[in-house]
Amino acid sequence: MPVWQSLYAAHKDQGFVVVAVAMDIPEAARPWIEIAKPTYPCLIDRNHHVADLYNMVNVPQATWIDEAGQIVRPPENAGSSDAFRQMDRVTKQMAPGQVAERERTKKTYVAAVSDWVLKGPASEFAYEAASARARLSLPDAAIAEAHAHFRLAQHLLGGARHDEAAEHFREASQLHPQSWCIWRQAAQKDASGLAAGPEFWARVDALGDRPYHRPIDMKGI
Amino acid sequence: MVVVLYEQSQTNCATTRAAGEDLWIGTRELESATGWSMKPEGLCRGDICVPVPVSQAAEYVAGDAVNAARFWRRMGSPVVHDGAREVWVLGTSANHRGATLQSLEAPDFALPDLGGVTHKLSEHRGKKVLLATWASW
Repeated sequence: MPVWQSLYAAHKDQGFVVVAVAMDIPEAARPWIEIAKPTYPCLIDRNHHVADLYNMVNVPQATWIDEAGQIVRPPENAGSSDAFRQMDRVTKQMAPGQVAERERTKKTYVAAVSDWVLKGPASEFAYEAASARARLSLPDAAIAEAHAHFRLAQHLLGGARHDEAAEHFREASQLHPQSWCIWRQAAQKDASGLAAGPEFWARVDALGDRPYHRPIDMKGI
Repeated sequence: MVVVLYEQSQTNCATTRAAGEDLWIGTRELESATGWSMKPEGLCRGDICVPVPVSQAAEYVAGDAVNAARFWRRMGSPVVHDGAREVWVLGTSANHRGATLQSLEAPDFALPDLGGVTHKLSEHRGKKVLLATWASW
């Protein structure tokens, strides 16, 4: 969040805004927002409706929308790297090289956003319609059904129908296994609210050579 | 009574009958819950109409009620419900989601901030928007 805040602060007078959407429940998102105190809109999406609309599967993902409301960069990983997979899982420490890689990826992504804000369609990072369309990832029937199960599960959870909710979360995750949003929202959290226990790492390890954060097509990344 | 979840809305419907995989809803309630309404052409929303299949009309329409679940499945849209058939999600098809994305017009939504104030994405027309997701988990 500090990254988005400095990006917003740098460009808010240049016709730019960050709209942050928490794929989360309000109680869990609140402390983060209260500490970071962002001045851009910070919205809470309990039902992951934005993930459904934009076919997003993880956080952070972002899409660039121009002044006319047109998508000029389809939803994609917003500057995160897979360096975390090499961390020491007990101490949660990363080697200096991994930290450096993580920071470089983030910086490159943020610099690209700045370039677009300043240059508009002339930015090499903003796509023309045909290229943007070609880079879209589109949902299939199983994904659409997964979102319906997720919606039902969140509703049942609101009524404290935990067992039934768990069934529909499970169904959602089985239908849409690439969605970390669905899986982690439903998973057991540790004391700090993270779904980063042995089950998480087992699921990450099961990816093998496949990425957790899908690398994006951006010079420097 | 049945709770109908459609896109971002949640509506309590009284004129319903749920049996098996069928969900009958009074046409007026269906319209207020989903925006889909019965017209001579079929079940319609905006420019889109789903005709009633002539040979199976009785499975789709009965007097002032329509079988929403049948219509939804006919559109390729997911329908899921709880065990007691008291909560039904009338989902949106992958084709519809995909076509919307391919138009490149950013799908609009309305979501609350922590203070409960609703914001729409489209309020920011005229600005460049970085729509970014995050989570605590």
